[in-house]
Amino acid sequence: MSRIILTNLVRFLVLVLLQVLLLKNITLYNLSTPYLYILFILLLPFETPNLLLFALSFILGLTVDAFYDTPGLHAAACTLLALVRVLFISITVQKDGFDNEPEPTLSIMGFRWFFTYALVLTLFHHFFLFNLEVFRISEIDYTLSRFLLSSVFTVFLMLVSGLLFFRKKER
Amino acid sequence: MRNLLIFITKYNAFFLFLIFEIASFVIYVKYNSFQKASVINSTNQITGNLYARTDELKGYLSLREVNDQLARENALLRNQLKSSKYIDTVAHKTVVDTIYKQQYEYIAAKVINKSINKRNNYLTIDRGSREGIQKGMGVITANGVVGKIAFVGEHLSIVQSLLHKDSRVSGMLAYNKEIGYIQWGDDMNPRKALLVDVSNNAQPKIGEPVVTSDLSLFPAGIPLGKVSKLKAKGAGFFLNLEVALAVDFSKLEYVDVVVNKFANEQAGLGAQEKKGDE
Repeated sequence: MSRIILTNLVRFLVLVLLQVLLLKNITLYNLSTPYLYILFILLLPFETPNLLLFALSFILGLTVDAFYDTPGLHAAACTLLALVRVLFISITVQKDGFDNEPEPTLSIMGFRWFFTYALVLTLFHHFFLFNLEVFRISEIDYTLSRFLLSSVFTVFLMLVSGLLFFRKKER
Repeated sequence: MRNLLIFITKYNAFFLFLIFEIASFVIYVKYNSFQKASVINSTNQITGNLYARTDELKGYLSLREVNDQLARENALLRNQLKSSKYIDTVAHKTVVDTIYKQQYEYIAAKVINKSINKRNNYLTIDRGSREGIQKGMGVITANGVVGKIAFVGEHLSIVQSLLHKDSRVSGMLAYNKEIGYIQWGDDMNPRKALLVDVSNNAQPKIGEPVVTSDLSLFPAGIPLGKVSKLKAKGAGFFLNLEVALAVDFSKLEYVDVVVNKFANEQAGLGAQEKKGDE
């Protein structure tokens, strides 16, 4: 138990620092910006209580907001992400499988499931984030292209990090 | 009552979502108008410190460019010195000049955090209310206009960059003297902006400089950019021009905050005028 808390704490710090010190400065062709920090919410254990899940998402969003000078923006997007995560997991994962599959990582859940999971959640988060930030219908074409290209970039980084920390199944 | 509780626990995810989402929106809406002081930004101790530290490291990478710029600016200023000019009339006496009164003062500041890739971009600088910075002051560099102060902390302040959807600076075509205003285009190119609402009588040329007008909070004549395209989209009864910005926002290191000594007087006049209208 304490090991899970420690891993997640370290993951939180590493992802936030990576986001605000490195990825914040990366943009491809003014269009594609990665938001890798949401990987923290994606990788929380299956058995996280809903209250904790939402609270952590909210705190993660506010932390990133503090560095991005946009209070509330990322927090709102992350809260939506938490809801989508709950729905997605309740649809695709059987409840009794929790004992031997503690965390939704790439190495445990397999490539196909993790790819869909990451893609769906990232699309929801980015769509909400970009549209809330711009909040203008007149710029919808740029917003949508930014949303799509950024999602591709983010999912790509998620898969790369999943493969980097790949551990073979012990069973 | 029991049924209600069961209902709520069954769909607890949705209700938690509602609570946190509403909380986020309250924060987002309240803060976005910059009316309320808030701790959730880059002027607080933790975020400010972290940015200042990393900026110290990154500062070494751009020493050469900053040096070049300073040297250029020094040469420019030296050209304006009286001693570097040849005077072809013989001076007889010195005159104590009382015509000029200092209107603008400049506070130099270091940029410790910046972004250019979002729809609304901000900079964080390492000067705050202790150094006399107030909300609404203009920010420039040697190259041109950067933005205006949006939030002041004790030691740090946040600058709303020109690359922001709400930023508008009154600009003027340097040769034609036609006035319009500069705003950032929606294609999010950090090197381009639009000069909109220019009168149709103006006959701008490509490469014509655009400078701040007397109507802005900046001293008149600060460069904004150069006209790069004569027809930009969205033009109606007025001309819209595309302008290549004078400042390279990705390489900002040092900026000057403009302190307008007559700002209070001007604001007072505006208030009087408003009272007269009522």
